[in-house]
Parts: sequence; structure tokens; C-alpha cells
Amino acid sequence: MPIECLVLGAGQEVGKSCVVVSINGKRIMFDCGMHMGYADSNRYPDFSRISDAGDFNSALSCVIITHFHLDHIGALPYFTQVLGYKGPVYMTYPTKALAPIMLEDYRKNMDRRGEEEQFTSQHIEECMKRVIAVDLKQTVQVDKDLQIRAYYAGHVLGAAMFYAKVGDAAIVYTGDYNTIADRHLGAAQIERLQLDLLITESTYANSVRDSKYNREGEFLKAVHKCVAAGGKVLIPTFALGRAQEICLLLEDYWERMNLKVPIYFSAGLTIQANMYYKMLVNWTSQKVKETYVTHNAFDFKHVQTFDRSLINAPGPCVLFATPGMLSGGYSLEVFMQWAPCEGNLVTLPGYCVVGTIGYKLMSGKPTRINLDKDTQIDVRCQVHQLSFSAHTDAKGIMDLVKFLSPKNAILVHGEKPKMAILKERIESELGIPCFYPANNETVSISSTGHVKAHASDTFIQRCLSPNFKFLKCGVPDKSASGSKCTEGISRLQVVDERVADSILVEQKCKKAKVIHQDELLLMLGEKEHEVKFAYCCPIRIEKSVQTGSKDLSSTDNQHLGLDKRSLLELLSVKLSNKLSEGNIQDFGEHLQIESFHVSVCLKDKCSHRTSNSIENQSELVFFCCNWSVADEKLAWNIISIMECCTLNTT
Amino acid sequence: MEFTCLSKGDGFHFPPCSMLNLCGFRILLDCPIDFSALTIFSPVPPAFSGRFDVESSQTEPVVRKRQRIEKQLDANDLIFEEPWYKTVKSLHLWDASFIDIVLISSPMGMLGLPFLTRSKGFAAKVYATEATSRIGQLLMEDLVSMHMEFRQFYGPKDSGCPQWMRWEELQVLPSALKEIALGKDCEELGAWMPLYSAADVKDCTRRVQTLKYAEEACYNGTLIIKPFSSGLEIGACNWTISCPQGNTACISNSIFGSSHAMEFDYDALQGNDLLVYSDFSSLKTMEDAENNTNNFGPVTGTSSNLREEDNHWQEAAATLLKNDGTSEEAEKLAFICTCSIDSVKAGGSVLIAIDRLGILLQLLEQLSIFLESSTLSVPVYIISSVAEKLLAYMNIIPEWLCKQRQEKLFSGEPLFGHVKLMKERKIQVFSAVHSPELLKNWQEPCIVFSPHWSLRLGAVVHLLRRWCSDQNSLLVLESGLDANMALLPFKPMEMKILQCSFTSGIGLQKVQPLLKTLQPKSLLFPKDLRCPIKFSESNKIYLYHENEMLCIPRMNHSTEIEIVTDLAYTFKVKSWKQESMSRLRGELFMEHGKYRLLSGSKTANSQQQRLLLHWGSPDLEKLLTELSKKGIDGSIKQVNGGAIDGAEPENPATTLLVHHPSKALIEVREACTVITAADENLASQISDAMDSVLGGI
Repeated sequence: MPIECLVLGAGQEVGKSCVVVSINGKRIMFDCGMHMGYADSNRYPDFSRISDAGDFNSALSCVIITHFHLDHIGALPYFTQVLGYKGPVYMTYPTKALAPIMLEDYRKNMDRRGEEEQFTSQHIEECMKRVIAVDLKQTVQVDKDLQIRAYYAGHVLGAAMFYAKVGDAAIVYTGDYNTIADRHLGAAQIERLQLDLLITESTYANSVRDSKYNREGEFLKAVHKCVAAGGKVLIPTFALGRAQEICLLLEDYWERMNLKVPIYFSAGLTIQANMYYKMLVNWTSQKVKETYVTHNAFDFKHVQTFDRSLINAPGPCVLFATPGMLSGGYSLEVFMQWAPCEGNLVTLPGYCVVGTIGYKLMSGKPTRINLDKDTQIDVRCQVHQLSFSAHTDAKGIMDLVKFLSPKNAILVHGEKPKMAILKERIESELGIPCFYPANNETVSISSTGHVKAHASDTFIQRCLSPNFKFLKCGVPDKSASGSKCTEGISRLQVVDERVADSILVEQKCKKAKVIHQDELLLMLGEKEHEVKFAYCCPIRIEKSVQTGSKDLSSTDNQHLGLDKRSLLELLSVKLSNKLSEGNIQDFGEHLQIESFHVSVCLKDKCSHRTSNSIENQSELVFFCCNWSVADEKLAWNIISIMECCTLNTT
Repeated sequence: MEFTCLSKGDGFHFPPCSMLNLCGFRILLDCPIDFSALTIFSPVPPAFSGRFDVESSQTEPVVRKRQRIEKQLDANDLIFEEPWYKTVKSLHLWDASFIDIVLISSPMGMLGLPFLTRSKGFAAKVYATEATSRIGQLLMEDLVSMHMEFRQFYGPKDSGCPQWMRWEELQVLPSALKEIALGKDCEELGAWMPLYSAADVKDCTRRVQTLKYAEEACYNGTLIIKPFSSGLEIGACNWTISCPQGNTACISNSIFGSSHAMEFDYDALQGNDLLVYSDFSSLKTMEDAENNTNNFGPVTGTSSNLREEDNHWQEAAATLLKNDGTSEEAEKLAFICTCSIDSVKAGGSVLIAIDRLGILLQLLEQLSIFLESSTLSVPVYIISSVAEKLLAYMNIIPEWLCKQRQEKLFSGEPLFGHVKLMKERKIQVFSAVHSPELLKNWQEPCIVFSPHWSLRLGAVVHLLRRWCSDQNSLLVLESGLDANMALLPFKPMEMKILQCSFTSGIGLQKVQPLLKTLQPKSLLFPKDLRCPIKFSESNKIYLYHENEMLCIPRMNHSTEIEIVTDLAYTFKVKSWKQESMSRLRGELFMEHGKYRLLSGSKTANSQQQRLLLHWGSPDLEKLLTELSKKGIDGSIKQVNGGAIDGAEPENPATTLLVHHPSKALIEVREACTVITAADENLASQISDAMDSVLGGI
């Protein structure tokens, strides 16, 4: 059954991540995000493509949210509360805890901008109640056939990659991830899985990032310089994620430099967010985790709550204010007050959307910004751009794809031209078919299936015991070419064919069964009939002077016994020189190579001799051979050697 | 499959221990310590008189003890030596190196693990949940640090048998102590072990592979092991183990509703082939019900009348309640709080020697509410070397907490009340009773939480000595402890004593409904638990006894194998009568507990096209036609006795002579056909013809 992957969002773009995957009759929606850049219907994924009738409950098995960023969860309350999806929604514990903060923040901003409200506070609350929280690596049985599992993704607190398996088909959807540990989060971690499809983000499809270390240093230097001169530092961020990361950085620096300048968090919101971080310290990096007992790293010592009256209070300070990008609200209010002063600093961490004040600050060095028709802001303060990113880079993506080695890969959450380059790399370097569908396109790939059968105990037992065969390969007839051949390839090849003795039996209306061939006859109620080959092969003998020809053909039995042995020994030597495979065993009366059995035949008339014309019989001695069908090829090989060779008796 | 219950255990602190043999792997379930046996040792003697006591116990005790064999036990009868610890008695009979897997279901089940991991040749894989492993580690570290006091007091000992283990010493032990030391059948002496070191603990925790909630662990590609919460304690779990021969679920002590730990997740244990039920907790309630001592309430001990005192112990030992259910549990907690407040009001102190983490956390919360409403300002101390770490850890594992606590996470409140209380300094945590901070802050009356519940180790010993003669003070004990024995060293005892039992497993009345829900195909159930366990007509029930190996026949009838579809398509299918069959190719793998046939990495260079196995008897006429189709002419010639090498003259053969294209001979006997040809091509063509007249594969 093919796996169908319908990209509803983040196809060849960044924003409103939403991918619906159908596997073996189950349909899973990964992420349910909104697009920050649109205010119209383009803001949300086109849910009507899932079900024309709007019956999402029967169309979807479950919804999985990878992390709390709005472009991954922003449309969820709308989808569940307004469109009426009632099925299960899964996310990790931190995501469930932190998502309402993000959603509420977004809703308020929507409100403030006077946009039409898409969902209410009530909606968010109701929606979150229905969410089932999962732990990392917890194997969740969504229903009888569908199994999902979260893996650590870095990126933000609680971000996870999700594995989903239905029957034999399995996929991984990465969401956003970071393969490098940062100040507060660990690196993405996943185990080797057998995957039919990997859907990965590709934000940095074509760039390799340098170390963060230098940028952190520059940032700290700028902040220190500003506060040392008595300036105020404004850091507009969103409540979650970046704020905590930068605050950890500052705390650490304050401690080291023994600074006493206050660090403020603008609203109770962010202080509240720190509370969550404290309880979820297990989801952060190893380093932060280890110190939780003596000092929970999110118990910020220097942080105090900000008060509106402090905006114009004298003295230096550092302020974290929401929202990020200076798109409005508190951070903008403070910015308007502080921007005209030259000693102050505004640090913009991360990406700013077109149209925001943050974007204007970053895209040039404006001295004056028009807020609206009546308001203008004189910008005299310093502006520092801090380009932290919690996304993996091209190397990280390639490493992950290589590590997981899925049968197919799909790129989402990236820019089209860069995705095209990455697709080329994945296909050429790793040989994995790769797609990067646009929004509302469907990619269909085939999945592996299995035939299920009962296995008999004998079969299992036989398969557990080794059945080695040693094949000598690359052994040439001529020693001259031999030296060349042996250089590259090993001369001994080990073959361990264990299942070839077993048979798959299918009866109508019954489950197929795998049995060992010994059991087959019993099952069929038939008697074995062995088919063998035989051939009495003449070999030319060259006699030395001492031994007369009569000795061989004479009836002197005493001599014959001896000669039989010596003849076999001679043959054995010849064969071992020429034969490239098989193991020659000498049983005295006969030689055996696998099932090939050879002995000296002294009968005048043997039924296995085909040539009746016996010329120079005195120079020939007959070797009677027989073998079973399995070693047909080997046997004829041996016979051709025997027919060509001459035995020198001394 | 084989199952041996090594020990039924005893209550919360001594979980059951058993050995399971599954798919050829030996699995040990839990490795606890029996701390109740620790009471035969004396706690570290008080600082001033201690030395003297030890001196005297070296010289005259033998005589003294002999004289008063049948007398009432007193503190001097206890063993004044560095204690050893009693593990599961039959575990040491197994060679540790033969164990493949150890599954730890609760922190209590981990405490004996270092005895095993330090033993020679131990190489098993140990699985435990993350929370169990962490809490277990802290409890073990605490144990080692508490035990240190003994070591410091008695000085270093040479390795080897301690004094008290000598036969002549054991002989003169009072019978009550002797029974604990030797067991009822006098065969448990081997279960005693000297305590492990901090290094052993470290090494032990390093070996544990920690699992998240319901995380799959794959052992050797064959067994898939998963933990599901049991509700007993934070991090405690039941296990499911699936292997190609079937799925097994193991239930140890479990609690349906908990107000701290994640609830008993029994849904996940449904529909297994085998269910191993080893929750013995209701044994206790059964005994209690028989003794008819369900009294409830605090008891004051008086030293004047020994007999009366004994009665009081029995009353005190009465269980608070037998049913599970959080509301009843909460009532018990409230009762403890009320008693504590009363004591404090009377000017006495309260010593709470309860080592159940969940109970402790809830008591802290409740107590602060009670204190607040009573407007008393009494300090609450927690004295333990690991309390700080434990309390901090409790607040960062929301994944293992009950639903109500998880809600706290989602609304951004601390998971447990102690976080706030500690910040407000309403609760003060100290690492040891002699720590300078404690001495600086010490105020009486106060409420103290301190290990160890056996009253032999830790700060509790010192505080008991201090308060034992104060009749306003209160001691809160756990049930499952022989209070008479436990309190021996602290006599005369004037303190009020409250001994309470908390739910530590599945109630008898819930067994039947539980089994009905779980519907295992077969059930392993303890013989000792007298309760109805009929839950279905078709299912098999095996009753087991402690230390009796039980063999259970294979659970499912046939093993399943999966063949990759792509590979299956390459098989050459032959049909014979009703069946269609094909010879397998590829390589057999054991992947994630499943047999899988995958296309081999190196496909055999020369694929044999020949049929290797033949059956039936060939029809010679038909063979001739088949041959002539291939352009081979021959004729049938009946020859009797013309055998290969003349070896079997009695076996008649029919011979078919081939004239064209070259000479060949086909000898057909009843069970064998021999093709003689000098030409490879001809031989192979004849063989092809044979294939079509015989059944073959």
C-alpha cells in the first residue's frame, strides 16, 4: 500500500506547517500551524483538502504537534474548536504546558491589531484539555495498528520528532530540530529506525553555520559596554525559548563578571514561563540538568519583575520585553521611550517578519521610524543583531538523513531554491529519492510490506545453527594471474545459507507456513525419491618404469588394495590443486566433496560407464562417481578436471 | 517458560522477587532488601554509655544471654555489632552470572541490586525507569551514609564472618531474634550480606539502563521490554515482555488510584498470553482480618505493665484502613496531621519515621495546611542526607505523576507543595542531625521527618532517644514493622505511638475484576492468596508457591515469520495437489522480537535452479515422453539386480537406456533414481525431465 503525503503547509515555504500522511489506512496530521505573514484565509492550512465534508473525525486518526511555535500549533484551536475535530491530539509534556501561553499571546495580539478573532481564550483552554501529553520515547498505541513515539529534537523546550508506524510501514516527521546542543537544550537524538519515509525540515537547506560562541561573545560585549556606561538594554523577545536561552547566557556572565545591574522581565508572563522551565528541566541539556539540585538554572538570581514606573528610572538595566520583533505591545512601548537615547541598546534576537519595527531596524540603519501617520520615533540608540538559530543546518540535515537512511525523503519548511539544491544532494550523495512538494501537493511513495507466515520449530532451530560453506573464489588456474586476482578480493568466501533448506507452503484458506524440507514429506504424506547422478570416469595413468602395467589390471588383490589408496591419494592431490571450491575429505575407500563421492572402480563392466570403446585400457583407470542434484555444478567441475588430468604413479 | 517466586516479600518496602525464564533468557524481577530483619541489631548505642556497652557485650553476653533465654526481650538482647543486611533468601542460590536481565519495578526493588552487581561474573542487563533508578540511587546513597555511623562506631572489621554469625552465638540468641536471623527453617543465614559501599552504588546505577514511560527496550533483538506505571510509587512500574513465543505481563504491587504517582496503567497490560500476578500485598490484609484487630487510633505506651504494653502494640499495629482509594488515604493523612497538631499543642514533638516518598510529600502538604489553620508556628524539619536532592527531583518529573499533579504542570504551578514551603522556610531540610545549621536553627517542639523506618538507622535513632521519655511527643511509624522489637532499644517508651498502614497493592476484592479486564490467556497466581480468580472458561490458571519452580507450556502454538514482500515475489512457486510451495531464499533475521526473512546482503552467486527434494515414484512412460520432447530417445529395459556397484542386488531396478543424442542410463528404483551420463548437458536435461514426473521442490 502506498504512503500518501499531503502537504497542507510549509511546502516550499516557512510557515503554517501541516502535513497529512496516509499510511495503511491511517491518516495522521503532523503539526497544525499558522502563517505569521498572512491575515487572510491563507493564514491557515487548507483543511478542506482533508475532508470535503468537513468530517475530520473519520478522516484523521490523530493529530501530532511537534513543538509550541505558532507556525506549528497556531491553527490547532481553530481546527479543534471551530472546525470541530474531536480526535486525539498528541504532543510532549512541555509542549502541552507551554503551548497555551503562545496561543494566548497570539490571540491577544490578534485582538490588539483589531483583526477578526479566529478563536477565543475559551477555545484554547478547551483545546488543550483534549491534548494527550507524551514522554520522549514513550511508545503510544493510538489504536490497534497505529503506534507513535517522540524523539528529542532540540530546537525549543519540548520539541520532538515523531515516529509513526502502521503495520510494516513507518515514517518520521522531524518538525524543527537542531543537531547541535545550545545553552539550554540538547541536540536532537533519534535511534536507527527502518523508515519508508522521512519528512524533514530544511530551513537551512544550503548553509552551514559556524559556532555560536563568537556571536555570544559579541553580544555580551555589547551589553556589558552599554550597561557599564549606564545605558539601558532592551531585548524584545517572545516569552518562551529565546528569552530563557539569552537569560541563561546573561546570568552566567553576570555571575562571572560580578555585575549587579538588574535584569528585568517585562511581564508576569515570562516569569511564569520560567516556572515551567524549572519543572521541565529534565527536557533541557545535560549540563543544565545536572545542576538542578543545587541550583535550578532557571531560578534566575538577577532577574526581577519590571514595573512600568521603571521605564524612565535612572541607572542601567537589561529588560526582556514581549513581544519579539517589536511588533507592538510592551516591547514597542519601551522602545519608543528608550530609542532616542544614544547610550541605550536594542538587541534583536532572531528572525523579524517583514512589516515589523524589528524588521525595519535590521534591514537598515534608520534614524527615524514612522510608526503611523502621527507617530515618529527617533532612533539614536545602538542596534545589535543577534542571529541565533535553533534550526539544524545543511550538514545536520544530511547527517540525519544518512543516519536514518529512509527509503524516501520529503523536504518541508524551507525555501524552494535551497530545497532544490538539498534534494539534489540527498539523491546524488545518499541515493535516496527526495521530494519537496509545494503546498497542497500530494506525494505518493510505495511502502514495504510483509507476508506473514507461521514458522515451524524445526525451521527456526535449523536456522539458528550455522550452516557455513566455504567457497574459494578468485583462485585461478594459472599461478601467474593468481597473484593479481588475490590482491583485491579475499580468496575465501563464507556462505551461510540457512533458509534454503526450508519451504513456504501455502494452502487455500490457510495461513502460509514455513517448514523445513524434512517436514515437508511428512506433511504431504509422500515418500522421498532421491535423484542422483552417477558417472564412472576414466583417468589416464602414466606409469613409471618400475611398476608394470599388469600390476594394475592384475588380479593380485593384495597389491590392489594398496594401489586403490594411492590412486585416490593421487587424485586427491590433483583435485585439491585445481578445485576452487569444496572441501576434499579422504575416507580411504573413497573421496568425498560435499555430496560428490568418488572411488576406484575395478569392475570390468560398470553400468555407469558410458563409453564402450575401450582403447588402451591398460592406461586407464576408472573412478566411479556419484552425486546428488544439489552439487551438480561442482560435480561436473570435478569431472572435467578428472577427465583432463593424468595420474603419475611411481 | 519457567517461573520461580523467590520471595513473596512483605509490604511496600520489601517487594516480591521472582525469576522468570523466557525464550531461554533468565530474567530476575526486583532485588529488594528485607529491612524488617534489621531490627535484630541494636542501633548505634548512645554516645556516652555506648562504649561501655560494647566492651561488656564482648565479654559477658554469652553467659548473660544463656541465663535469660525465656525472659522478655530487652534492649541488651539485640546484637551489638555492625549490622548486615538480609536479602532475598533464595536469590544467593542462583549464580549471578547466569542472569541475563534484571527488571527493577520500584526504588524499593533496587536497594539490593548492588549486592548482585558487585558479585563476580554478573553481566546482566538491568532495566529500570528513569525515576526508579534516580530515586533508588538516592535511597541507596542514604543507606550507605546512615550505615556509616555504625562503621565509625564499631571501627573497621576484617572481612569474613562477623561475631554474631558464629554458631555458638546464634544458638544463644533469643528465639525471636533467632527466627529472624536464621529463618523458620534455619536456612536463611546465607541471605545476610555486609552492606555495599558508595562505590558499589555508583557502579550499580551506572549499569542500569533507564527507560522512559512506556519506552520499548529491545534485548538481544528478541525480547521487547516495556514499563508501565504501577501507581505504587513515583517511577514504579509493571513490565510487559514480548518475545516470539508470546507476550507476558508481570504485575507486582500496584495501586489503582494515587494522589502522587502516575496511576496503575492496567489498560496497557491487556490481552497478553501470560500474566504473572505477584502482588502479595493483600496477604497482609487477610492476616489482619483474621486477627480481627482493625482498631484505629493512637496508643499510649506505658512502661509499668508489660502485658498491657503488648496489647497496645497489637492495637497500634492495626491497620488504618484496608481499602485502596485516595480519599481514605487522605483521611489517614489527615488523622496523622491531627494527632501531630495535638502533640505539638501539648508541647511535645512529632517524629515521623515514614519512608514512603509519596506519603511523605503529601504529609508535608497536609501538615502545612493544618499548621496554618491552627496558627501554630512549629518548625518542620526533614533530616536526611539525600532529602534535598529527592525533593528537588520530585519537582522535575511530571511525567511520572498522577493526573492532578500533571494538571499543576500545565497551569504552571509547582508539582508539590514543598517547593513553596521550603522557599518560605516553613520546611527546613538538613543533611544530618549533627549539622551545624540544624543545631543553629533547632527549636522544640518541632515536627521531624527522618529515615529510617526500621528505627535502627539514621537521625530517627537519636531523636527517639531524646524524646522517648516525653509522653507528649508522638512517634509515627509505618506498619509492617514489629513495633515491639523495633522499639526495644528505646524502652522505657513514654511517647505516643501511631502506626499506620497505607495501601501498598491491589485489594483482594479488586483482583477478580482486574483479571476480567486484563483477559490473559494464562495466569500465574500465588497459591497463598485465597481469593476467587475465575475470570474466564477457556483460560489456564497456574498456582505457584514460594520457591517452587513452575514450568508453563509454550504459550502460542506457532512462531510467526515475516517475509519482505519484494523477496516473496522472487520465490519460484510450485504446486503439488492442493498446496503451492516455494523454496525460501534470503536471510533470516531476528528483529525487534520478530523473525524476518530479508533478502540477503549477498545473494548467493549461483542460484540453484534445480529441485533439491523429490518425492513420489516416476512413471517411466511419462518420463520417456518428457525426454522425447527434449529430443532425447531412449528405451525401457527391465533389469533385475543390476545395481550401483552391485551393492544392493535385491533392490530391483528398472533401467531406461538413452541412445540419442549420446548414451546415458537411468536406473529407477523404489526410492532412488540414478542418472548416468558422461555429458553435463544431457544429464541436466534428463534431470529436468525427472523433475516433471516427480513431485519436487
